[in-house]
Amino acid sequence: MIDKTILGGLDPELVSRLTSRREVIFKAGKLGVALASAPIALGALSTTTFGQGSPIPAQIVDALNFALTLEFLEDEFYRTALRSRNLIPNTTRKVFQQISNHEAAHVKFLQGALGTAATAKPTFDFTAGGAFADVFSNYQTFLAVSQAFEDTGVRAYKGQAANLISNNDILTAALSIHSVEARHASQVRRIRGEKGWVTGDSRGTLPAPTQAIYDGDDNTTQGGANLAGLAGVPASAVTEAFDEPLTKEAVLAIASLFIKS
Amino acid sequence: MSNIIKSRGDGKTQCASDGKRTFLKLSGAALAALAVSGTAIDALASGENAFFSIPIAPQGSTGSAVDLGSGDTGVLNYAYALEQLEAAFYTQAVGSPYSNMSAQERQILTDLRDHEIVHREFLKTALGAGAIPGLTPNFGKIKFNNRNSVLKTAQTFEDLGVSAYNGAGKLLTNPDFLLLAGKIVSVEARHAAAIRDLLKPRSNNFSPKAFDPALDPATVLKAAAPFIANTITANNLPRS
Repeated sequence: MIDKTILGGLDPELVSRLTSRREVIFKAGKLGVALASAPIALGALSTTTFGQGSPIPAQIVDALNFALTLEFLEDEFYRTALRSRNLIPNTTRKVFQQISNHEAAHVKFLQGALGTAATAKPTFDFTAGGAFADVFSNYQTFLAVSQAFEDTGVRAYKGQAANLISNNDILTAALSIHSVEARHASQVRRIRGEKGWVTGDSRGTLPAPTQAIYDGDDNTTQGGANLAGLAGVPASAVTEAFDEPLTKEAVLAIASLFIKS
Repeated sequence: MSNIIKSRGDGKTQCASDGKRTFLKLSGAALAALAVSGTAIDALASGENAFFSIPIAPQGSTGSAVDLGSGDTGVLNYAYALEQLEAAFYTQAVGSPYSNMSAQERQILTDLRDHEIVHREFLKTALGAGAIPGLTPNFGKIKFNNRNSVLKTAQTFEDLGVSAYNGAGKLLTNPDFLLLAGKIVSVEARHAAAIRDLLKPRSNNFSPKAFDPALDPATVLKAAAPFIANTITANNLPRS
């Protein structure tokens, strides 16, 4: 019943908890076929209940819909890029095919989780009003936008973690996506010749409109302790060692450059 | 410093009021410990041939049992244990590099060493008096002169770290700690991808699944046990 390719990375026990309620509903309605196309389904949580029968906090629905918007953005971006002729060379095609598959799986997961509460897919403008006019014909531009999306995704998920703390299963699923976005970010950055991690608040060779993605990532104070000057490591390593969150508002301000409606 | 631990509010762990002082105190103690262990090892080594026919166990082959504790402190100690392991591994990998280490590989392994040291020192500071002692690594099975052995071990540690933090998120009750774990885990995931890409460049190896695993402490500690001389117990960690 469960789509193994989508759920392969998740703990089986978690998957079973996440899917059991939806499964019960679908089985009762003899809609087993529909389940196969809604592989995860955090239990029809949008409609009435989740888990023990308690209402889904609006906070969680909001956070998941926010994530879904970003996953829509990434999913369509990589699909379009992979379809664009002479854009992605064979040398890195496997990488971007893999990322594309993951973003598609994330969209599917979040839609299943949200059910009827899932937000609609926006209309995107990946040129950001012309700032990245050749995004699907110039490989370097494509790479730059890809890095921008992945680094933003990492900070966006991180910023939502606390909003999911009341639900262990959803929190864990979000964390499992969050670290995958970080793997993507590292890989794309390294393909671009950057380090896989972010130094200070440097956008590196990305163009100026992307600076908001890195603002605040030079933080060296963690848990109230200023780690700058920690013996034995360069100051840059202290900033690299922690990825900072972004608020939903900050992320949407970045993403809005790419959203038409 | 940081009232990171003070904010627990259950009074189980007290944090030093001044982080700098804690750091200094700890480094003093660490230095003393190092001096003592160096002396002890020298003595053992000099005694090896004279008095013992059995081979001297490698440094760190024995270690006392360590319990991680309970609550958020226990979970942070769990992270601290893993960061100690990673930091010790990369310190040795960079300190005695395999012969054909490329400049790029050296840069990556050095960065990873530094990041893990930062994580380790941060957690030690945050935990203050609640921190478990320094662990004794057991890297006897790792061939530090062999690229594949070093990078495969790095992959194991980084993937394990990602799975551990992903699984530990739900065990934390304080949202500040959850965020801190989140700040660290994505860096571990960046590491994992880089190491995996060194092993299988530009393939889909950097991120094998759409959802990274989330493992419970028992599973993670079992996987880490061969690399740690101490016996670590986690029976008092939260279950959910």
